[in-house]
Amino acid sequence: MIRWLALVTALALSLTQPASAQESIVTGLSQNRVQITTNYDGSDILIYGAVKRDTPAPTGARLEVIVTVEGPSQPLVLRRKEKVGGIWINRSSVKIDSAPSFYAVTTTGPLAEILSNTEDLRYRISLQQVIRAVGISEEAVNAPDFVEALQRIRLDDNRYRMAIGRVQLLEETLFRADVDLPSNLSDGSYKVRLFILRGGKVIDHQDRFIAVRKAGIERDLYNLAHEQPFIYGLISLLMAAFAGWAASAGFRYLRS
Amino acid sequence: MQIYLPIAEVSINAFLLLGLGGIVGFLSGMFGVGGGFLITPLLLFIGVPPGVAVATGANQVVASSISGMLVQMKRKGVDFRLGMVLLVGGFAGSFVGVQVFAWMTALGQIDLFVQLSYVIFLGLIGGMMFVESLRSLLRNRRQGVALPVKRAHVHTWVHRLPLKMKFRVSGLYISVLPPMLIGTLVGFLSASMGVGGGFLLVPAMIYLLGMPTRVVVGTSLFQIIFTTGFTTILHAVNSQTVDMLLALLLIFGGVIGAQIGAQISVRLQAEQLRILLALLVLAVCFKIALDLLIQPSELFSITPLVLP
Repeated sequence: MIRWLALVTALALSLTQPASAQESIVTGLSQNRVQITTNYDGSDILIYGAVKRDTPAPTGARLEVIVTVEGPSQPLVLRRKEKVGGIWINRSSVKIDSAPSFYAVTTTGPLAEILSNTEDLRYRISLQQVIRAVGISEEAVNAPDFVEALQRIRLDDNRYRMAIGRVQLLEETLFRADVDLPSNLSDGSYKVRLFILRGGKVIDHQDRFIAVRKAGIERDLYNLAHEQPFIYGLISLLMAAFAGWAASAGFRYLRS
Repeated sequence: MQIYLPIAEVSINAFLLLGLGGIVGFLSGMFGVGGGFLITPLLLFIGVPPGVAVATGANQVVASSISGMLVQMKRKGVDFRLGMVLLVGGFAGSFVGVQVFAWMTALGQIDLFVQLSYVIFLGLIGGMMFVESLRSLLRNRRQGVALPVKRAHVHTWVHRLPLKMKFRVSGLYISVLPPMLIGTLVGFLSASMGVGGGFLLVPAMIYLLGMPTRVVVGTSLFQIIFTTGFTTILHAVNSQTVDMLLALLLIFGGVIGAQIGAQISVRLQAEQLRILLALLVLAVCFKIALDLLIQPSELFSITPLVLP
């Protein structure tokens, strides 16, 4: 019984493997490291790649490309204001297990057309899939409204981007996508995922990483604040005291 | 010139920050208040996260207050003895205030707490000051003589409390309990609202303790320096929300602005100054009250989940 089950499972799995790699991708990034310096104002990352194939391109469904850039994820609390006693206060709240701080999806066409639902579920590509909120329906009335609000706020804020049709694809072989990382970045490993698809199915995919780190004085200040908070606090105060004294001394000198 | 702030993790125009610090410093130099009640909402407006706005605002208040107090010290306008008594209460109140702030933040109701506190206190103080200064201004116009603020040379219930001490610089002989209590309340509010507390302390000292006006500004600044400094350290240690780079820019603008403001304040009449401050306080109060009453454009808000 067990062996029969195992055989059937193995067969079923083999049928769901991506179509044997007639086509595969090679990819590259213009930079895989971002240093946040004092004058940091965002970075433009160029993501490029090519499709390798031994046989001529299959006819039928067009080749599509999806590129996603995902920043580090955090758990979040979403709150909604309601009118209580005449004033608007935070009332209901919902916990999100994990949502990326940054998420940009760049594609050759609308997701609904080029990506099937099953593949989306499997690879978690669309915005709805990448935000994980298990069991939130028990937490508040209209819990889905909260998730929709999260997407809306972050789309407006440019933290989440849907760049539909912005992948440039040449002769179903060479492609490029440009992603602007905003200036409000946090440290972490940013995952870049590249997919090629035909007929809604993923044929091949590759992952790359961009390491974002604060550099120089930014990093030193951040580390000091977290590792030696008391000393950091004292330094801030001393700086304040010195500035206060210097200003009054300076003005006295100017007046005399 | 964009500058990336390491703790706030946002990139803001450096000149904007210098200007902001300058404007608030100017107001603080002119009226003798810390300016925290202005700087926190302004920082929020330009995109600094709330925790960082409060903690870094406190840091800036320390600088402007030191700048102002040094000016007052030259004129013997600081009663250090009374200041120490206020401080004892101030530290206790500050400590409790930081805990309450952290608790409210965890509950997700910190915005509401801060907004309600602002509306209540700014409204009360602003209203009282406005009425009092309007009355003096009108009286001056009619009689052409500047009358001193009504002081408690008449012995009230405040003067019958125990534990009396002599405060020579203020010319007072009163119980230490009222100053300590006032200090505690102001310390609490300053830590939980991220303000210096000057706008509370100055009227309390004038009307409740009966201190002469020439000692009030300097002594108030003395207390603010220490309570706000204490709050800054507590925020830095508890929640790592003090952004030194942001503070540096704000302070630079602030201490210069404070000196300019102090110059202008000398040329204004006392009543004119008080009424202007009252109007400013009332304006901020109304703006915050409106925000509470009108439906916000965005009902939803996002905060990171802080695990216990």
